[in-house]
Amino acid sequence: MARRSIAIYGKGGIGKSTTTQNTVAALAESGKKVMVVGCDPKADSTRLLLGGLVQKTVLDTLRDEGGDEVDLDEVLRPGYRGVKCTESGGPEPGVGCAGRGIITSINLLEQLGAYEQDLDYVFYDVLGDVVCGGFAMPMREGKAQEIYIVCSGEMMAMYAANNISKGIVKFAQAGGVRLGGIICNSRKVDNELEMISEFARQLGTKMIHFVPRDNDVQRAEINRKTVIEWRPECPQADEYRTLAKAIDQNKMFVIPTPLEIDDLEKLLIDFGLVEGVPPGTEVVA
Amino acid sequence: MPRNPRDVKEELIQIYPKKLRQKRSEQIVVTEHREDGSVPEIKANTRSSPGIITQRGCTYAGCKGVVIGPSRDILSLVHGPIGCSFYAWLTRRNQTRPDSLEAQNFINYCLSTDMQEENIVFGGEKKLKVAVREAYHLFHPKAIAIFSTCPVGLIGDDVHAVAREMKAELGINVFGFSCEGYRGVSQSAGHHIANNGLFKHIIGLNETPHDEKFKINLLGEYNIGGDGFVLEDILSRCGIKQISTFSGNSTYETMANSHTADLNLVMCHRSINYVAEMMEKRFGIPWMKVNFIGADSTAKSLRRLGEYFEDDELKARIEEVIAEEMAKVEVTRSVVKARCQGKTAMLFVGGSRAHHYQMLFSDIGMKTIVAGYEFGHRDDYEGRKVLPGMKVDADSKNIEEIDVVPDPERYRPRRTPEQVARLEGMTEMEFQDYIGMMPEMDDETLVIDDISHHETERLLEIYKPDIFCAGIKEKYAVQKMGIPCKQLHSYDYGGPYAGFRGAINFYKDIDRMVNMKIWSFVNPPWQQQEQLQTEVAAD
Repeated sequence: MARRSIAIYGKGGIGKSTTTQNTVAALAESGKKVMVVGCDPKADSTRLLLGGLVQKTVLDTLRDEGGDEVDLDEVLRPGYRGVKCTESGGPEPGVGCAGRGIITSINLLEQLGAYEQDLDYVFYDVLGDVVCGGFAMPMREGKAQEIYIVCSGEMMAMYAANNISKGIVKFAQAGGVRLGGIICNSRKVDNELEMISEFARQLGTKMIHFVPRDNDVQRAEINRKTVIEWRPECPQADEYRTLAKAIDQNKMFVIPTPLEIDDLEKLLIDFGLVEGVPPGTEVVA
Repeated sequence: MPRNPRDVKEELIQIYPKKLRQKRSEQIVVTEHREDGSVPEIKANTRSSPGIITQRGCTYAGCKGVVIGPSRDILSLVHGPIGCSFYAWLTRRNQTRPDSLEAQNFINYCLSTDMQEENIVFGGEKKLKVAVREAYHLFHPKAIAIFSTCPVGLIGDDVHAVAREMKAELGINVFGFSCEGYRGVSQSAGHHIANNGLFKHIIGLNETPHDEKFKINLLGEYNIGGDGFVLEDILSRCGIKQISTFSGNSTYETMANSHTADLNLVMCHRSINYVAEMMEKRFGIPWMKVNFIGADSTAKSLRRLGEYFEDDELKARIEEVIAEEMAKVEVTRSVVKARCQGKTAMLFVGGSRAHHYQMLFSDIGMKTIVAGYEFGHRDDYEGRKVLPGMKVDADSKNIEEIDVVPDPERYRPRRTPEQVARLEGMTEMEFQDYIGMMPEMDDETLVIDDISHHETERLLEIYKPDIFCAGIKEKYAVQKMGIPCKQLHSYDYGGPYAGFRGAINFYKDIDRMVNMKIWSFVNPPWQQQEQLQTEVAAD
């Protein structure tokens, strides 16, 4: 099977890194060979797979050694079940250009031969929203063919997902990038499952999985592990296995149809803000 | 038979798409002097349209290359990739003459932080600090100017904070310019930014007094090809003390001391009028537009100086100098004029040069048939009287406008209100005013702002002028059409062209160019349709 390149986007703080790493862990558990490229200057996209933060990012090598004598082994560390982990890294907040950093980093990884390995999957975990050209890099030039957007039933998360879809449309016309689906990372918002399913439908895609909220994720994170590694038998681990399988078997790749703001707000009113239901009330679907 | 300029205008723009055609139709006007003293409105200082192949340069070019660069002992350090520095190195032929062999002169150096990819990603401030320290230890300058190129603005390096830190650390004057190339619509934005920097960081720092009776600064004279040397000579012979020039053949200390002058003479209005205005407001120094390009206009400008200082002795000396110089000028002028009379010129250059050089051509009987600026504003075309009604667009608002108030200790009006009223009332005085290019041009002449390459070619075909004046980007395209092109940015390899002696040089150079037979051989005989037909017929 040809290698699949997947980028995970979504609003900042939505749980992209956690979702990505748990999904990757589940794929690795099933025998897949995976590389994760963290595209966040904080360099914390592979912490759970590595059991701690990486010591050296791709861009650190550029800074320290001028890109001359960089060895792939220095920046590509094996994590849980042999998952290859690398972090782009980047500047301190408020300095330089993190976007340019991502572009430089991916080019450098290519030159170092990171993509010549035997891999079933490459995952890009991208910072927050698509704020500039640099953060769109995984979508450009066919670096990633499939995009999954992590979303919840919160309004701003849906706004962000809709904006990211606009980015995908732009790059889909020039290259081959497609939207693979929406991953709902539940925040226990009213009618969340129905709303995100409908949101995904209107975007022309599907909700590929609904990941329920579970404190086991937190507990595993404190132990610097994915749920899959920390407690393989817990129900949440199965959720990620299901998500991994859905991605692995996914055949639905679309150019999304982003919503007009009015339609998005209507969706929120129709589903999220059910009249007469006080906040915090459990709504049984 | 001369063509109707309105028809020519239509012909120039008819090829454009509708929107561009509309825009260009407002940027191309036919001059007329209306009864109320106004001239037609021209659209200027707006963004160039993509694809027109503009003559314009960038904001960094205007700030570093034009205004600050010609100064001799301010060390110019460019923060950016190496090309911005290297390709702007000594291209404008600004000359300078240090007082001694030991005196500091950095004009021949090219200093850059040579930004690399890692400096873009992680920020370039550290490298900039290292570069400033290194430059200081190598040269021990009195002042270092830091110029921002495009990437600096994109990644947000704070050159001003670095300048402040280095100023404290090194104990010399260090100041930065946010003159990223993409700011503004042309190099004009860079002039404004440079003016602000001169005013904020240099002018007024040196209080050395001067006893001379007539003290002036010459603003907007960049000593290209040695123009400034000629003017220094004339002014000193008239008994006028030139405190500083902005910025040809200038030093840091003369600029810092320039507020001790009693009058600012403005040559290039576009690039330096901001300093003139700000010095008037803070120190009370009036300014006056002059034009030392052309023998007649040099004489006129010198007489204005005499009027300003209201001194009979000075006036007499000025007349002596004029008489002496004009005698020499006439020797060459009469010969050259006989050969050049009636020939035509087109000028597309600068924000003042397209105006000033018309005077040199008229000295020898040549007519300017089409003219325009690269980066002028409406006031450069129509005169400063249009300033109050001018719209300030977003591109201009992007540039800092300094709010200047009179200096509590140093503000000193140089002229009484009665004197000011007298000067303002005099015709042709241009006291704190600039009448602009169009009022000095004949009616029914085309004026074109930010000319495109297409328009250039069509104009050359339609009018077949005897000479075309522009810059290096246009020069060879024009000459391949069989028309000589004089560069008025760098003067090609010639100059000086200012003052009386410069005028003589210019007459000779133009005579040589327009009367050279070689231009008729640009199209070889075998490429000329007529001859080919003749041969075929003979067979």
